[in-house]
Amino acid sequence: MKLQQLSLFLENRPGRLEAPLSAIAAEGINILTLSLADTAQFGILRLIVRDWEKAKRVLEQAGWVVNLTEVVAVDVLDRPGGLAEALRILEDADLNIEYMYAFSLRRGDKAILIFRFEDPDRAIQVLTEKGLHVVDGEELMSFVP
Amino acid sequence: MMSVNSTMTNQAHPMWDRAAETMPRAEREALQLERLRAQVERARRVPFYRDILNHRELGPHSIRSLDDVRRLPFTTKDDMRRQHPLGLLAVPRKELARIHGSSGTTGKPTFVGYTANDLQTWSDLCARFLVAGGLRPEHTAQVAFGYGLFTGGFGLHYGIEKVGAAVIPVAAGNTRRQLEIMRDLDPEVLICTPSYALTIADTAREMGLEPRALPIRIGHFGGEPWTEDMRREIEEQLDIQAFNNYGLSEIIGPGVSGECQARTGMHIQEDHFLVECLDPETLEPVPEGEPGELVITALTREAMPMIRYRTRDIARLYRDPCPCGRTTMRMSRVTGRTDDMLIIRGVNVFPSQIEEALLRVEGTTPHYLIEVSRPGTLDEVHVKVEIHPEIFSDRMDRMQALCERISREIQTVAGIRAHVDLVEPRSIERFVGKAKRVLDKRGLTD
Ligand SMILES: [Zn+2]
Repeated sequence: MKLQQLSLFLENRPGRLEAPLSAIAAEGINILTLSLADTAQFGILRLIVRDWEKAKRVLEQAGWVVNLTEVVAVDVLDRPGGLAEALRILEDADLNIEYMYAFSLRRGDKAILIFRFEDPDRAIQVLTEKGLHVVDGEELMSFVP
Repeated sequence: MMSVNSTMTNQAHPMWDRAAETMPRAEREALQLERLRAQVERARRVPFYRDILNHRELGPHSIRSLDDVRRLPFTTKDDMRRQHPLGLLAVPRKELARIHGSSGTTGKPTFVGYTANDLQTWSDLCARFLVAGGLRPEHTAQVAFGYGLFTGGFGLHYGIEKVGAAVIPVAAGNTRRQLEIMRDLDPEVLICTPSYALTIADTAREMGLEPRALPIRIGHFGGEPWTEDMRREIEEQLDIQAFNNYGLSEIIGPGVSGECQARTGMHIQEDHFLVECLDPETLEPVPEGEPGELVITALTREAMPMIRYRTRDIARLYRDPCPCGRTTMRMSRVTGRTDDMLIIRGVNVFPSQIEEALLRVEGTTPHYLIEVSRPGTLDEVHVKVEIHPEIFSDRMDRMQALCERISREIQTVAGIRAHVDLVEPRSIERFVGKAKRVLDKRGLTD
């Protein structure tokens, strides 16, 4: 149910984002989604790719520091209140969200959110119990062109 | 003291201690020789010196001329570190009246002890250069130096009081407040680091004030290296006369030397300090007027009789007569160091201190670089640390906490605020052999 996310350290200067993305593309690895968190000095690029093991190897060989994290993808209704509902469930269950971002593609009336939890296993359990759909890797890959 | 004070008025060149400052050379040399012998005798009370002197069979009897100082051992910063905290004291601990400190090469400061007499001597020495540079009893002086272990604040403070002028002990920082106080109290004299004088001018303009219209007319600046260009800039921007002074905590603090109105070098208070200028490699004296490392023997210090302290400061010495009438030898600005010590906003910082701070945060060494710049008027330090798997997290809060932690450790060990820049792996240049850890982009020498 959990997805493997790659995180990369980048200095915050022009052109820095392009290099790792090209390196992965050159190996024919599809990027399913990406998010960039940054400060004035540096950024953390987070990637979900089709073949994370290969991508990690490629990036590390090219000299990047890559960190592997388990994240959880959740379907939420793409309408006002859809996200709020999911967040309320998590808050009621006292689940800490380290950070979250939206998946780049939507599926019908659903948006997919990627969550980084302190305790992903418990988060999956709570979300499933409350009737939310946790999207696994295979399913995620299946609707990405 | 009244007799001394009276020599300050009705003279073309007021002096704090005319007798000492204009003493004929031969007479002063005789005094130096006598004091040097006494100091060697006093040094025998310090086990560190006693062992070396006994081993070399040296004593006051070995000093027949001033040149014989060269038979005496050197004292280095490392010796001070090994004698930490107060192993170099020549008096019982209870005789101490004050303890100051300066940056050590590692996390621990180097402590310096003073007896009550030492403190009197020190304020007299500060009074000498302050008067030489225009301070008068009727003046008010604003001290924007740090007060604390650092000797700058207290040294100047008591020197100003000794002259009979009024002190405003604002201490370092909070520039807007400095300016408000300056406008309220009209001090004629400003005491701070030269770079801070420019910050005051900048901040005045930000506050809509004309820096040239500020009440200060005289500045006594020290604690960090500066250039003639900087002096011109300070004098132009603030419409003041700027004077340079020199000293170091290991010896006494400010007061070793300072400029007179002629501003052709800093007059060394030779009755209290025997200053040699040596080639740092051969340790032989350099020809007069050539740059060399200053090696200073404190001739009158009671608590810590420093013998031939290697300052690591590079300067030149001049003996030609000065129009002011003082007969003392003069020294140039400090134009460099023989070690890697940096002076950041007046604080002495050794790269080894930064390394020690980084060692406290796992995974931040060995690849780092200390970059010093002066984007405006104040020094800025960026410590670049290469990221690697051990310290990288996908969480921004953790990464920011890491930067803050490194910055806090640097503040603790080195006493300065540094920006921590995390950089990509292998982005810091690799060196074969000794790594280059410091990039100083300030251009502080003429
Ligand atoms: Zn002079």
